[in-house]
Amino acid sequence: MIRLAVETTPRTGARASCAAGPGRRNRPGLADRLRRDNPAAALAALLWLAIVIVPIYVMINASFQSQSSALGGDLLVPTTHPTLQNYKLAFQNGFMHLLFNTVVVTVATIVLVLGLSVPLAFAIVRARGRHSSLLVFRIFLLGLAIPAPVILVPLYVMVSKMGLYDTLWAIILPTVAFAMPVTLLVLVGTMRDISEELYEAMALEGATPARMLFKLVIPLSRGGISTVAVFSGLSAWNGLLFPLILTQSPQNEVLTTGLWSLSSEYGVDIPAMLAALTLAGIPMLVLYLAARRALISSVVGFGGR
Amino acid sequence: MTLAATSGKPRPQRHGAGAPARVGRPRLAWALPGFLFFALFAVVPMLYAVYLSFCGNWSGIGSPQLSGAGNWTRLFQDSSIRQATRLTVELTVLSWVFQTPVAMLIGVWAAGKQRNRAVLAALFFIPLVLSSTAISLLFKALLDPNFGLAPSIGPWIGFPDGNILGSTNGALIALVFVGGWQFMPFHTLIYQGGARAIPKSFYDAAAIDGAGRVAQFVHITLPQLRNTITTSSVLIVVGSLTSFETVFLLTQGGPGAATSTLSWVMYQNAFDDFNFGYACALGAGLVVVSTVLSLLMVRLSGFGSMRSTREGA
Repeated sequence: MIRLAVETTPRTGARASCAAGPGRRNRPGLADRLRRDNPAAALAALLWLAIVIVPIYVMINASFQSQSSALGGDLLVPTTHPTLQNYKLAFQNGFMHLLFNTVVVTVATIVLVLGLSVPLAFAIVRARGRHSSLLVFRIFLLGLAIPAPVILVPLYVMVSKMGLYDTLWAIILPTVAFAMPVTLLVLVGTMRDISEELYEAMALEGATPARMLFKLVIPLSRGGISTVAVFSGLSAWNGLLFPLILTQSPQNEVLTTGLWSLSSEYGVDIPAMLAALTLAGIPMLVLYLAARRALISSVVGFGGR
Repeated sequence: MTLAATSGKPRPQRHGAGAPARVGRPRLAWALPGFLFFALFAVVPMLYAVYLSFCGNWSGIGSPQLSGAGNWTRLFQDSSIRQATRLTVELTVLSWVFQTPVAMLIGVWAAGKQRNRAVLAALFFIPLVLSSTAISLLFKALLDPNFGLAPSIGPWIGFPDGNILGSTNGALIALVFVGGWQFMPFHTLIYQGGARAIPKSFYDAAAIDGAGRVAQFVHITLPQLRNTITTSSVLIVVGSLTSFETVFLLTQGGPGAATSTLSWVMYQNAFDDFNFGYACALGAGLVVVSTVLSLLMVRLSGFGSMRSTREGA
């Protein structure tokens, strides 16, 4: 279902915008349009759009102001005396270090999730032992029901015993494990859609499982694999709980824990905090604007029907 | 979503003429690395949490000793747990009531015509990629009574002094709102996807029968969206029951104990009081409740009886 969504949504979008040109001529009459449009929903959408935009606008606007002018001024009016002081402060407080750690954690998470889950999903879909592979799949689905906060205590004890406490590995490993159930759900769904005939054709050529995986399964599951990479990357980038509990020293802070400690360090200097938040949001926003369509269509597919 | 996939039986195998059925099939050993990894970092901790919940008030020093179900009996007598449960249920219900109608309304509308989607331009979905941490800290700054928007918005919604986070009801409303701000786009997209999958012919047929927009919504859209509603609701309910970051960053359970939800109480027990055993009992109880609730929602909505959403695809 997910591959379907990933692949068809942009295409239907393109087709519709092409069709809009010639279709203009026989546009529906006013009465018809009023009947089909839903002004209440349109209003709600616009209102929500404003609710999303205003806080972000205020964040950016205030981040360019000094603390004293932000306290007195109207935050909705663009500032007349912008200053970069708050941003300078964020860089002095080690923003680049936080960014670097977060990138390391995110990349390692994506690599591990894919490295572990792709062969796993392939085995679940194609292995000889049907019942045991279904059992494996079900155990992972039960894993969907485990909320991260609940296992923090045992993880803390285990990670300490393994000697991994206060390392980036302490963040990466549990993040990978928690991304795996959703990952498998997506990948198994995608791989089941590959037609039996293609497998049989390769089997006739005497292909080994490894060859099938690399020549058939991975190329045909690209949609699912990129969805999974986006989701696990987002959960690694945005995760607070694991770094909060399983690391301690400033050296191993990531963006989320770093922002948290900055918030207590800055105290009432709110514009400085907003500048740090703006900086932290920029990499994700850039990525989002670049891959918005793929991201959104993968979420649409996620819901299924 | 979950159950649909679980109940999806493997498709019957069709063997082509003389095709060697066993060639090129991976052994189950291919699943081993991933399975062991997951077992170690998710299944074992879960079981370990259950074990620790029977180990009295172990604080992480020395080795835990089994000492009966004391934590569990305490769980059912603790008045602060009862208070936290009531709050968590309130928060969950309010979140559902806030998010579901709005997300459904906007999602179904956006699924309709192409030009509508332009309104939901790039900016609408920004919260999707921001972390709970950044969002909570942003609203903490904006709701600061000495600074941001709170003094100007407060009087409009019943907080003349603008101290929204400092009042009992205000803090709860803030948690519901911030949760909605973060997750509304996600649920809107889920509903948009669900509504797109409804065959247009259903509406055409209804229109021929003279059904108005409301009638079409009640008799076609709602029933057809049943599984989408279940998916979205399960995600909202389980997410709210166990949500932690927003409480941790925005209210710290306060003012007083006004927003001390179950996961916050659990965190305090574990990492402020170092009562690991009790925290684990609380956590395990939370897993049981949220699993039972999701299964119940899936069962009641008839989602489980759907074999697979891929059927016929």
